[in-house]
Amino acid sequence: MPADFISNLYLFILAGFIGFEVIKRVSPLLHTPLMSLTNALDAIVVVAAIIIAGRHESVLSTTLGAIAVAASFSNMVGGFLITDRMLRMFKTGRPQK
Amino acid sequence: MTSLVSQQFLEFAFIASVALFILALRWLSSPVTARRGVLAGEIGAALAVGTTLLNPELVQYRWIIIALIVGAGIGIPLGLVHMTAVPQRTALSHAFGALSAAMIGIAEYYVGLPKVTRFEMGEISLEVIIGSLTFTGSLIAAGKLQELLPQRPITYPGQNFVSLSALSAALLIAIALTVNPSYHAFLFPIMVGVALIFGILLVTPIGGADMPTVISLLNSYAGFSAALLGFVLNSKVLIVAGALDGSSGFILSVIMCKAMNRSFANVMFGAFGQVQASSAATTEARTVRSATPEEAAAILGAASTVVIVPGYGMAVAQAQHKVRELYDVLTKKGIDVKFGIHPVAGRMPGHMNVLLAEADIPYDRLLEMDDINSELPQTDVALIIGANDVTNPAARTDPSSPIYGMPILDVDKARTVMVIKRSMSPGFAGIDNPLYYLDKTLMLFGDAKAFVGDIVRELSGGGH
Repeated sequence: MPADFISNLYLFILAGFIGFEVIKRVSPLLHTPLMSLTNALDAIVVVAAIIIAGRHESVLSTTLGAIAVAASFSNMVGGFLITDRMLRMFKTGRPQK
Repeated sequence: MTSLVSQQFLEFAFIASVALFILALRWLSSPVTARRGVLAGEIGAALAVGTTLLNPELVQYRWIIIALIVGAGIGIPLGLVHMTAVPQRTALSHAFGALSAAMIGIAEYYVGLPKVTRFEMGEISLEVIIGSLTFTGSLIAAGKLQELLPQRPITYPGQNFVSLSALSAALLIAIALTVNPSYHAFLFPIMVGVALIFGILLVTPIGGADMPTVISLLNSYAGFSAALLGFVLNSKVLIVAGALDGSSGFILSVIMCKAMNRSFANVMFGAFGQVQASSAATTEARTVRSATPEEAAAILGAASTVVIVPGYGMAVAQAQHKVRELYDVLTKKGIDVKFGIHPVAGRMPGHMNVLLAEADIPYDRLLEMDDINSELPQTDVALIIGANDVTNPAARTDPSSPIYGMPILDVDKARTVMVIKRSMSPGFAGIDNPLYYLDKTLMLFGDAKAFVGDIVRELSGGGH
């Protein structure tokens, strides 16, 4: 079992707990924006896709990498865009104009 | 050693991105700071992508640039969809996320092929199976939500057996590959194919009313497949982002399941809505009282507290803007109007809140189930618009009901109940609702948008 795996596993467990504690506090009011925001953050796989597409190892890997870049980058752009659009709509009743 | 410096610089940029991602989610806890959270996320993502483009490993940029342009070309329109289309957009984005993770895993396998270790093979197989099944499963969910596919559960005898056989086949192939990665290489595409089919089999039998749970579960899978990819590539930023997304989807799934008093297994393999259809047919005809828009307006105008309970029917009828007009006219008369939001109302977590916020209803008027339930006994009128099962008192009282034990909005405790509904036909899950036969209940038959519009016209004094 590679040494990296163990340190990665620590990281995964800790990040999972942080995620649990942070997300638990998100109001149910914002569960839809929560889902679109985490989706945009998850689109960070684009950085791995860029490496695969740009290392130019084989036609297959470049093609798969390019598809992955397009798919995840669309999530990143669209996810942030729609989350911000949704959050802009949440206003209080108190006059603030 | 310029490349070494860049590599370290990359790692520091990724660490900063990860910190910004956690802050982004933290700031999302309140609507006041939430937009700051989006900005933090955007900066983190831009930082990670920008520094990755400087990575010395990259030798050719052409396909990266083209793919980024294509991605933006797909992402921008998907970021601008109408709020009613948000559930299907979300399902589609889970599909894209999973597709991306699966593609990278597959590429990684073929790039490393003659030298893939058993350990790497196990990681890649698991990652690619989860990514592939999430991809097709999310596409089916998006198709159902967009109504390209029927929303009702599609079932056939022996369904669970077929689905579980497909999953077992994919896992067995994964084990065979792990035992001997290069010898059984021909099995890899078969494993991907079987996993893709399993995703379709998994989501096809699930009905529209269970979509909030399914979307949350697919969200969780998409996140965990990204985290697994992080293990495969030894990329810490992917592990953290995937773990955050995965745990978010998992928490939402748990909340949705609790709100329906059901287990994961029951949602995924229970094919809700089949059994109930037959039991609904046996209920005897009982009398209901109905009312006209004029009568409804008179009752609402005489109330001092009103609770509006929206459901998926409101979204279908696009009635949220008329509901806002009703909110305005009642509030202007000094009537206290609140909204009671059940966690599973609509087709995804938080769906109703987004629709009502879009219609400019202040979010401090949107109350969660527990908060509104403590107010309903003192409420003059509960007005239900397009919601059914989440108001069904049988969930509290009738142990034989399929939804018995599900937490509901106690609208039957209000002094008067009004239900806007197209007809007496049972709701999506086919469960009869005793609420409609109570003496205090008035049925308002008609299209939600038109009916609310008529009430508003009466109340604003026009009437003619």
